[in-house]
Amino acid sequence: MSLAIPLASIDAQTLVDALGLGAVYALMAVGIGLVFGVLRLVNFAYGQLVMAGAYTLAYTSDWPIVASIVACFAVVIMLSSLMERLVFRPLRTQSPAVMLVTTFALAFLLQNIALLIDLRDNTIGEAAASIAPLNRAIVIGGVDVRKITIVTLIVAFCALTALALLLGRTTIGLHMRAAATDFRTARMLGVRADRVISTAVLLSALLAATVAVILTVQFPLVTPDFALRDTIVVLVGVVVGGIDRLWTATLGGFAIGFASGIINGALPTENTVYLPSVLFALVILVLLIRPAGLFARGGSSLVERV
Amino acid sequence: MSRHARALVQLAAPVLLVILTGLACGLAGRATEIEILSALVSVSTVVAVYVFVGNSGVLSFGQISFVALGAFTSGVMTIPLDSKAGVLPQLFPILRDHTIGNVPSLALAALVGGAAALLVGIPLMRLSGLAAGIATFAVLEITHNLLREWTAIGPGATTLALVPETTDALQATLGAIGVIVAAFAYQGSRLGRKLRATREDPAAAAGVGINVHRERLWGFVLSGALSGFAGGLLVHLLGSITTEDVYLELTFLTLAMLVVGGSTSLLGAVVGALLVSGIDTLLSHAEDGIGIGFTVNLPSGTRLVALGVLMAAMLVLRPTGVTGGRELSLPTWRKGEA
Repeated sequence: MSLAIPLASIDAQTLVDALGLGAVYALMAVGIGLVFGVLRLVNFAYGQLVMAGAYTLAYTSDWPIVASIVACFAVVIMLSSLMERLVFRPLRTQSPAVMLVTTFALAFLLQNIALLIDLRDNTIGEAAASIAPLNRAIVIGGVDVRKITIVTLIVAFCALTALALLLGRTTIGLHMRAAATDFRTARMLGVRADRVISTAVLLSALLAATVAVILTVQFPLVTPDFALRDTIVVLVGVVVGGIDRLWTATLGGFAIGFASGIINGALPTENTVYLPSVLFALVILVLLIRPAGLFARGGSSLVERV
Repeated sequence: MSRHARALVQLAAPVLLVILTGLACGLAGRATEIEILSALVSVSTVVAVYVFVGNSGVLSFGQISFVALGAFTSGVMTIPLDSKAGVLPQLFPILRDHTIGNVPSLALAALVGGAAALLVGIPLMRLSGLAAGIATFAVLEITHNLLREWTAIGPGATTLALVPETTDALQATLGAIGVIVAAFAYQGSRLGRKLRATREDPAAAAGVGINVHRERLWGFVLSGALSGFAGGLLVHLLGSITTEDVYLELTFLTLAMLVVGGSTSLLGAVVGALLVSGIDTLLSHAEDGIGIGFTVNLPSGTRLVALGVLMAAMLVLRPTGVTGGRELSLPTWRKGEA
């Protein structure tokens, strides 16, 4: 597909926007990948965590910005640990299909709760006004760079670096990696299951809240299906990249965000009606050639070798 | 109990449930009648999805794309000729200038669903696990995208209206029974048993000479045909339909019904569909303030929240489903058995 796009039409502007989108999707991919690593659970309701954070920002938009962001983090972390306690923990030993369908039910539930709260004033959608100034653009070398894009890139870089340090240099990080490799053996060797899971869920909640802030700045009108589409795209990216390992999942998330950004920016709108078909056909092709993921090496324990 | 008697009990349980639901239509008012009919169509859809997902153990998000294809095939082909060229001017001439009856349109829907499943299944059935899930999801996205944009085969992004509303209590009941009987015949057959063996242990099944890819493909095609048929029933129930009606929400709801009932048994699929639809109906009545003994007046929208809570709670408390994934069997009394 990318061959069909004249290269000249990809300008610096498109590139910057695509980088920003890729960075946001990479953060979401890490959030999904962390929980998958320790629980073998694909959390479809991840987007609803982001949505809850976005609503918190919208409903607190007359607060000082910092207080509003703190509230957003608090709500997302609370909701996420509730999910873990009430749903993920009892289902830990169930098949991946049951866990995935349960997170659908959760997503459905959270979306309808949001709708119920949102509809009290008889309109769908709440505007988050206070953090909108971050969406203004500054001109760097002839390219309009929105402040939030810079913030996104910096935040994504810092968050990923911090995470890499945590996973690589601390005891809990070692435990998490061990649990992701082989949960049962790790437990036998003294890794505390609940602690590892709570940490992974907490980290993924922090990332969801960060994504909520970034997305709300870019799209200030918050609706119940906020971030739903993004979650689906990220999930596809994560599996195409290789969900079995965190960095391939992250790379998959980044790649699909970057690719969407480039394609959206480079193609005129009237040519993009069949674009989803082409993209998803490519996804199928990649999965057929490399079922364990584009960036995964060799075989994977997740894919039955039959 | 003989093998045949046991099989009869296993088939009779879901069929009886459906017949009782169909009979309830006669007793109900018009509003409830539509809800009962849609519950019966849900039974067809969930059982169609069960034929593949339940028997193979491979999660597929793609079956609703065959429901969509069936619905639009059956709908487009039954709109009366005199109004068709007016509402769908851009159709291919062969679709625009022909109209078929209700029953042939259901058969055609099944045929289209099965053919599409064959086409998609040949490459895709090599995948399993999450890769299969995402690839079948990609199929759903592609189908939705094509149906939404290609106005030569359907209404595009607008509503497909003027479809004759022929799915009555008799058709919905007979349709659901037909789908159940087909699913039952398949799961007891050689093909079905081989597919269920690949679900329990793919490596062992391959070891005794079962071609996993081929068995999954048969299940997928039968499921696709039944899904297409269910789509036909759906469009003739609603009378008008958009591509959004047969997309993500229906996919999630159908899979949730299947898992709530118990995804590895036919009885589970039927119970799940009827139970979730039934709860939904009850809640929507509670929302309208029609009380059972006393008046409960819930704010609108509560229904879906309550439905979500119930589904999540059932999945957490009983992950194997209401039926535990088993068919019904009568208790046996044998000496020496506890």
